[in-house]
Amino acid sequence: MKSIINKIIIALFFTTFVIIGSCNDDFVDVASQDENSDEYFNSEQDYQDALTAAYDLLQSTYLNVMLGEIASDNTLAGGESATDVPGIQEVDDMIHTPVNAQLRDIWGWMFAGVNRANFIMEYQDKTDFTGKEQVLAQARFLRAYYYFELVKWFGDVPLSVDKRIQFGEQFTIDRTPKAEVYAQIEIDLQYAADNLPAIQVEAGRITKGAAQALLGKVYLYQNKFPEAATVLDQVIAGPYDLVSDYNTIFEQDGENNIESVFEVQYTDKEGAGFGCLQCSEGNVAVGFNGIRNYSGPLFDSGFSFNVPVQEVVDEFEEDDLRLDVAILDIEKWAEETGATYATGFEHTGYYNRKYIARKGDLNTGDANLTNPNNYRAIRFADVLLMAAEAYNRGNISDDVARGYLNRVRERAFGDTNHQVTESGASLTEAIYHERRVELVGEGHHFFDLVRTNRAAQEIDGFIAGKNEVFPIPLIEIELAGNRWEQNPNY
Amino acid sequence: MKSIILSFFLSFMGLIVSAQSYEIKGTVADTNGTPLPGVTIIVKNTTKGVSTDFDGNFTISNVNNGETLVFSFMGYQTKEHLVVNSNFIAITLTEDTQTLDEVVVVGYGTQTKKEITGAVSVVDSKTIEKLNPVRIESALQGQVSGVSITSQSGSPGSASNIRIRGITTNGNNNPLILVDGNVVEDLSVINPNDIASINVLKDATAGIYGVRAANGVILITTKSGYKNTDLKFELDTYTGMQETSRKIPMLNATEYAALANEAFAVGGDEIPFANWQTLGKGTNWQNEIFQTAPISNINFNVSGGGEKSSYSMGTSYLTQDGIVGGEAANFNRFTTRLNYNVDILDNFKLSTSVIYTNTNKKNLSENALGSVLFNALNMSPVLTIRDENGDFTLAEGLGNEVINPVAQIAGTFNDTQVDKISGTAGLNYTFLENFSAESRFQFNYAEVAGRSFSPEAFYGSGKVFNVTRNSVNEYTNIYRDYTFDNFITYTKSFNDTHNLKALLGMSVFKTAGNFSGFTGFEIPGNSYNEAFIKNATDVVDNYLNGGDKFDGRLLSYFSRVQYDYKGKYLLSAVIRRDGSTRFGPENKFGYFPSGSLGWVISDESFLENNETLNFLKLRVSYGIVGNDRIPDFRYVSLLNGEGTYVFDDELNFGVAEGALANPEIKWEKQKTFDVGLDFRLLKSKINITADYFEKRTEDLLLTPQVSGILGVYAPGSSAPIVNAGTVDNKGFEFQIGYDDEISDDFKFNINYNFTTLKNKVIYVASENGFVAGGSFGVGQDPPSRMEVGYPIGYFYGLKMDGIFQNQSEVDAHATQTNAAPGDIRFVDINEDGEINSDDRTNLGNPIPDITMGLNLGFNYKKFDFTSYVFASLGNEIVRNYERNQNLTNRSVYFLDRWTGEGSTNEHPRVTTGATSNTLFSDYFVEDGSYVRIQNVQLGYTLPENIIEGVDKFRIYASVNNVYTFTKYKGYDPSASSGAPIGGGIDQGFYPVPRTYMLGLNIKF
Repeated sequence: MKSIINKIIIALFFTTFVIIGSCNDDFVDVASQDENSDEYFNSEQDYQDALTAAYDLLQSTYLNVMLGEIASDNTLAGGESATDVPGIQEVDDMIHTPVNAQLRDIWGWMFAGVNRANFIMEYQDKTDFTGKEQVLAQARFLRAYYYFELVKWFGDVPLSVDKRIQFGEQFTIDRTPKAEVYAQIEIDLQYAADNLPAIQVEAGRITKGAAQALLGKVYLYQNKFPEAATVLDQVIAGPYDLVSDYNTIFEQDGENNIESVFEVQYTDKEGAGFGCLQCSEGNVAVGFNGIRNYSGPLFDSGFSFNVPVQEVVDEFEEDDLRLDVAILDIEKWAEETGATYATGFEHTGYYNRKYIARKGDLNTGDANLTNPNNYRAIRFADVLLMAAEAYNRGNISDDVARGYLNRVRERAFGDTNHQVTESGASLTEAIYHERRVELVGEGHHFFDLVRTNRAAQEIDGFIAGKNEVFPIPLIEIELAGNRWEQNPNY
Repeated sequence: MKSIILSFFLSFMGLIVSAQSYEIKGTVADTNGTPLPGVTIIVKNTTKGVSTDFDGNFTISNVNNGETLVFSFMGYQTKEHLVVNSNFIAITLTEDTQTLDEVVVVGYGTQTKKEITGAVSVVDSKTIEKLNPVRIESALQGQVSGVSITSQSGSPGSASNIRIRGITTNGNNNPLILVDGNVVEDLSVINPNDIASINVLKDATAGIYGVRAANGVILITTKSGYKNTDLKFELDTYTGMQETSRKIPMLNATEYAALANEAFAVGGDEIPFANWQTLGKGTNWQNEIFQTAPISNINFNVSGGGEKSSYSMGTSYLTQDGIVGGEAANFNRFTTRLNYNVDILDNFKLSTSVIYTNTNKKNLSENALGSVLFNALNMSPVLTIRDENGDFTLAEGLGNEVINPVAQIAGTFNDTQVDKISGTAGLNYTFLENFSAESRFQFNYAEVAGRSFSPEAFYGSGKVFNVTRNSVNEYTNIYRDYTFDNFITYTKSFNDTHNLKALLGMSVFKTAGNFSGFTGFEIPGNSYNEAFIKNATDVVDNYLNGGDKFDGRLLSYFSRVQYDYKGKYLLSAVIRRDGSTRFGPENKFGYFPSGSLGWVISDESFLENNETLNFLKLRVSYGIVGNDRIPDFRYVSLLNGEGTYVFDDELNFGVAEGALANPEIKWEKQKTFDVGLDFRLLKSKINITADYFEKRTEDLLLTPQVSGILGVYAPGSSAPIVNAGTVDNKGFEFQIGYDDEISDDFKFNINYNFTTLKNKVIYVASENGFVAGGSFGVGQDPPSRMEVGYPIGYFYGLKMDGIFQNQSEVDAHATQTNAAPGDIRFVDINEDGEINSDDRTNLGNPIPDITMGLNLGFNYKKFDFTSYVFASLGNEIVRNYERNQNLTNRSVYFLDRWTGEGSTNEHPRVTTGATSNTLFSDYFVEDGSYVRIQNVQLGYTLPENIIEGVDKFRIYASVNNVYTFTKYKGYDPSASSGAPIGGGIDQGFYPVPRTYMLGLNIKF
């Protein structure tokens, strides 16, 4: 008996040692369930999925829109108190410094978008399939969109074309002059305009018209008026139109309508948290803009940021139907409906009605961060006004300019009694005025003032030669090896 | 590697020695002559041995002339007997509580206390029995020097932070915990009654565990039976009540309203409470949410053994309600354990154990903005719990996060259930006199299933907790791991002078798991009973973007040589090679050497037979150990980011890059040095251990900030992990015990220990020179930093210099935004005439300078008394449970606010106007030092044989967490999130409850 057990033991231990011996270093080579980024782009689906991810960062432009509006003379920062999100408060007061969390967010998020678009471009030749040009055209539009934001906010920025900026390269890459970045944006948008259809099956996809409209805007920002006029005329040729009732544009039903040339898509179907605002599928700005501690009909609560000032309310002419759509007079509203609310910091009595939370959405997750309101990034009215400006300021044709302008005004007043008849410089002023009231709350005004050299006279605290661009976040300069020069006077 | 093992194995094959041998019979008894069953008898320096039977008899064969028999038994002094003939021998063992020959587990083997050359601390079952902890961690707090325990919360079933000799990394600082060789991450599943001993390896001794040893190693051994013992039953049970150890004094309704009026008036606003004088005391929200809560535990143990086998079986049930939420925060735990050891042959032994655990836990929101306690402190006392309709009162006007805490508890529904089975099986085979081969397999299998429900709820306008569409989340996570250890030990003594023990082994470890979970909406009836995925609409897979699996592995080879010369000069050397899946091909494998030396000075002739100094040993150790605790696959760029966008109003899930990869990441290295002295004085009644240690962590694995142009701020992406830091921890440990039997009726023991710790960051390779973390207030900059020259996680903010008493003081001071008389005056650190974020400075840190433990116990006749005190000194804590809204409630210290020139220089005015008083400054940093009477226990044991068949019958009463002496204003200075950067910030810590217990121990 004993000897049998002994044999078993010896056999057992030798088996063990054989197992040990077979357990070589391969044991610790384990493959991840996730794909390696170097081995991707093997099918059309791979390209489409990477493209969806490149679209993703459009949603984070909520901050560009909100902070852009706050930077202008249209609104105040608001919020709960003077210390509620100091980065926003500082931009409002034009006392922002290179240390600013929100400016850093914009920097980081826009470059994240650039890198995702460039990921596709880096592998553009790997796998062929029919319709690849359309994928590349969308990717290039997105790259242009993100770079345009970067140039608007920061001026010269590091430009990378058709390749991601890899870990390590941040120490060698330089800031590219704004003009060169613009040149690349123009090339990308031209490619997109040439390769995209006028109508996409899926709502939210970039169209030919979107690429042309953005290209026109980019030209306008560089005062290239003839080019702007040409390309914007192509958008005006169709299929877009103004919707008859201004009020319907900003409601849920008005999303992706005939007036929408490019629209950033949001939904309330997924939760979100403050830990990753750029991860939200909802429009974060809408919750931030919302009425503080609101209880009443139609609207939902929010954080009372971005509150319009009396001056912008006064900018509206009498009988302008847009005023009640664009600006909510909360005191009047409360009186009429019995709604209650709290007053936040810098309470003006007004809210940015286009982009405040509405009742009726799913309120998933943190309800303030998941509002489904799409951002109407480029409206046909904007296109008309840009074209008008190009025709007028480029001395091409004030007639055409007036025509476009009056098309917008006709809708605004519901009649033809408010036609503009001016020309020349006074027509320019009329166009500026119209842009401000038509597009109030949509994040354009600050950049309009800057590009037309009116910011210093309009915005309190704006210093010419400094505040045209925002500072590169100090930490970003440091993290790139302390080589970049800060924007002037910061 | 295979060939090395085999050659080692074979090279000793020839070393078979033969001499004249005897068969020896004998008996073992204690000093009273009572036979001792289960005494281990081994032939010295071999692995050959037997044990005594029930009558204390033994027979051992093949003992050579001149060999020594060693008799050892738990709790008795070990005795040696030199074999010169085959005569019958009678051995008497004397009881000893502080024996040097006590066996200590040191990893893949044991050593006696005398032989140990490293810094190893032991907590035995007696101490655990005395302390009667609900969780094992409490048995370590203050008991052993160098081990710091802070609780993450006092709520039932919540985890503790265990830190051995400081904070060494800004990543995971948890030690490696092995229960019978089995890796355990969460100690809440272990029943303290099942534990025979806890050994803590604090220095390079831990090097035998290589890459996982950097944070120290805790080895827990569960109880096993003894051979040749009768069936024995043990029943331990207690039941008790818990209550909060503190309520923070808050303003009552009248005081609150008066202050609110003042604040509004100062801010130039209309006063909100014209009727303030008529409001009375209002609602005390803390009284509404704190309650006394029951706790009870029953544990039943059976053990025994036959000639060749022993067994031990235990089963226990614990149920504990929360002092906040009561049943809504219940934790219960059921455990069953079986240990079975059998000698298949004299030289072939099998040991097995199985533990099954089931725990059930319900959670309330804790230590966060808007958590239950946070809300109880900030809720207006003017409001009632329910309104005139019987509905919960809405918390209007109190900011978006503060809600009615009673409504919050009523609206919280969740349940987490853990089913875990752990098993071990080990075979030990001794052969060729000097060899022992051991193979052990350990596994854990755990299913963690949970469900949480967010009902439709409205807590007030704009509240972030409002839910208009209810949702349920159901998940099941499965964790599997195994450890397979194989090692051969060679033990040989040459002339009884040179004693050698060599170990060669290997170990494989694999941990894997998969997660599944779904979230669904619109549960009909808004009820938890119906809240299942099957009843929901719009069901979303929580792991749509992947991330539902993991697989991590380790492959290790190790060797240890222990040598001593006459037990006087001791040496131990270890080398381990580890391969980990967490690192890329270039750095997958690492080597970890360590060594230690010991000198038993008291064995030298000049100290021999010294009356006072009975034992003196000097120990020195040095080693390099590693840390691989980073997420998997950070060396390769994976497509696990988030790239979701909306087309046609539907979510589209794209594919994007995840965290940035760093192919060059490698081990975090820790170089540890320890020098220690062990003393025994006055017939070993006094026992002293002192250690000085230095630990330097190099190549710290951290995630520094990297440039945004790399795309790291994309959803689902993050910065790469890099080896980029150095941290020093230095300290001194001292432990003294005094144990005396003053008379037959009076026994007495006292133990005191302290640990000092100095933590300093030596190097951080971040471009801006620091890593920031933690959060304070709402939207403020992170208050904690890891920065060169400071302790890790120190607090960084503005420094207060009293209160502006008048306008001329404001004018004379550096420009400070919004400053007015009554506001905090901040120090212009950089002297640029302006107070801004550049004036922030070091405001202290959450790491205590010194911690102490004091145990006091005596037995008088049949009464026993123990008490235990713990102190933590020199740690700072941040008061961050005040929302500071215009209408939130305030602590009573606001009654001492500034009200006019000369009123106070400590507390600022109240105002609704813009103020910088709430910016992070040392006004919010408090001294978190405390002394706590942790436990007081009084027991009475019935005289023997008063109840027939019962060996022991003891009843006791005990109070845990009796009283805390502290200046800290918050609930509990002992709590911490445990985060290396961002720890020690109190957002309303759930206090560790005070517990009154009555208990019973019966043995029969």
